[in-house]
Amino acid sequence: MLWQALTLQLGYNATLVAIGAMLLGIAAGVSGSFLFLRRRALVSDAISHATLPGVGLAFILMVALGGEGRNLAGLLAGSAISAAVGLLCVQWLTRNTRLAEDSAIGAVLSVFFGFGIVLLTVIQTMQAGRQAGLDSLLLGATAGMLRSDAILIAAGGALTLVLTLILRRPMIMVAFDEDYAAARGLNVRQVDLATMALVLAVTVVGLKIVGLILIVALLIIPPVTARFWTDRTARLWLLSGVIGGLSAYTGAAISASAPQLPTGPIIVLTSFALFVLSLAFAPGRGVLAAVLRHAAFQRRVHMRQGLLALAQGQPIYERYTIRLLRRAGLARADGVATEAGRARAAKALLDENRWDILRAMPDHEAAAALYDGMRPIETVVTKDQLTEIDARLPAPREVTA
Amino acid sequence: MKPISIAATAPHAEAGPQPPLSIRGMTVSYGQSPVVFSVDAAFPEGSMTAIIGPNGAGKSTLLKATLGILRPLSGTVTVHARPLNDQRHRIAYVPQRASVDWDFPTTVLDVVLMGLSRELGLLWPVRSRHRQKVLDCLARVGMAEFADRQIGQLSGGQQQRVFLARALAQDADLYVLDEPFAGVDAATEKAIIAVLKTLKAEGKTVIAVHHDLSTVVDYFDRVLILNIRKIAEGTVAEAFTETNLQAAYGGRLATAQMGALG
Repeated sequence: MLWQALTLQLGYNATLVAIGAMLLGIAAGVSGSFLFLRRRALVSDAISHATLPGVGLAFILMVALGGEGRNLAGLLAGSAISAAVGLLCVQWLTRNTRLAEDSAIGAVLSVFFGFGIVLLTVIQTMQAGRQAGLDSLLLGATAGMLRSDAILIAAGGALTLVLTLILRRPMIMVAFDEDYAAARGLNVRQVDLATMALVLAVTVVGLKIVGLILIVALLIIPPVTARFWTDRTARLWLLSGVIGGLSAYTGAAISASAPQLPTGPIIVLTSFALFVLSLAFAPGRGVLAAVLRHAAFQRRVHMRQGLLALAQGQPIYERYTIRLLRRAGLARADGVATEAGRARAAKALLDENRWDILRAMPDHEAAAALYDGMRPIETVVTKDQLTEIDARLPAPREVTA
Repeated sequence: MKPISIAATAPHAEAGPQPPLSIRGMTVSYGQSPVVFSVDAAFPEGSMTAIIGPNGAGKSTLLKATLGILRPLSGTVTVHARPLNDQRHRIAYVPQRASVDWDFPTTVLDVVLMGLSRELGLLWPVRSRHRQKVLDCLARVGMAEFADRQIGQLSGGQQQRVFLARALAQDADLYVLDEPFAGVDAATEKAIIAVLKTLKAEGKTVIAVHHDLSTVVDYFDRVLILNIRKIAEGTVAEAFTETNLQAAYGGRLATAQMGALG
């Protein structure tokens, strides 16, 4: 069943829903990247929670006008308006009061969400409200989704994605260097507003699938996960889009095969699994890589210190150093250097003396800046420079064993 | 207390007919107290001006307000006698290095490409001629082999040179730098001043906030001495005097620094 769901064999509707979810996930991953780069990730939380009163009011309005209260397009329009009002509240509070943005987000988020819940409770008591199923917008559900809903979500996701890609250069410039962007004549406020509008669009489009409580995860987890793997902006948003798309697709497919499972949490758990894998195993920024790098660095430091001690005939106290030297066949258990150890120690001392000379030479500042106490000097200077350095070395001395 | 020089009372006789940048009556405040008060200044074409003054004198603020990064309380800025917004493409700004997050996921090449944003617009693809231009600018600051590095792996001086390369890529004729020599190594300082002197030789105009009084005479030909109000403005010979520095720095000026006066 699950396999069939993942390979799109559950029928036309389920396929349409999975594709719609995937497009939404890609749009969320990509637009979320720019929010993440701008360090405004939490604003999306305020936006998403502020959609709820709009949903309730739109439902009541549509019923009052004698229409179908569950019309998705109408509900989404209502949620977009109230999310925009919430966003403007956050901006106004941040700019015109002494509240910091995080406090403003907290205030707006809770007030709007609370008001929305009150409205939903009122709707439950209405005649038309019994079957509304509006609470599915909290956590998302693909079960029983109409074909037109799926098409609306797919189109909304695709449109947001295209707009995000068109605006990516100004958004990146503002995120990296706001002052420079302003000096170039970019209107920073408008660019920020555009970023927020894109996030708002993703949030609104994603209400039905992911639900408003968890859409934040689809905006934030993919870029954070992608950051583990790359140091380039273009790769970050591309990878983030892939992660978002993959998570949303998997979540929607699983939920289609097991309708009692809410879609939003499955999508979030899928992206969270990718996040944990990246956190642990990504080269460079991953935890495992960092631990291994630190251990290797420590080994090199101890080795170098040990060799310099041998070269200068000083005793070695650290057990770890002796163990390293012994394992490499450079010293005996009592800390006395072997033949090979004496040779390596002499080389280490020579290196150190050469570095001392290099660091005193004003013409080689750039190379000298690379001194870290361990780097072999041959890797930073040319052969000719090395000869020049060696000419200034003090007369060779006997290395004591 | 010295009399306050009010805007528009002192015309700039020595400035050419259309200075590349002129500021009139610039006042900026954070809250109720002005950090820059009624400053007039004109920067003649082909000149190299140091903006100096004690900490908190409003040097960076003056630059930011001039370029429209901050909104001033009052003041007008003209670039070649025309409003700033028509002429932005002629200005290259080098912000303080500390103003950005260097862990940002981007490369040296991508940062310098931002200098070409006017050519690239929203959607034009980056072509090999753009890349070549970026590499040329990097070569002028001695950073060509660092093009593919993540910016966080650079030293402070290298980061500053990348910012300068980005400004060079704009092909501007007015260069505005905020503390370009702050916290950089001697090699970088040499590289930057060489580039700035080349720009000046090409007839471009350079303005830099500067904090090291000992190098003013060697590096610049004009100074603007600032301490909230303008204290003095003019060639190094006429304005960089002990009296003016005392007026700006007061007791904060160490006697050792006075030795800088030629």
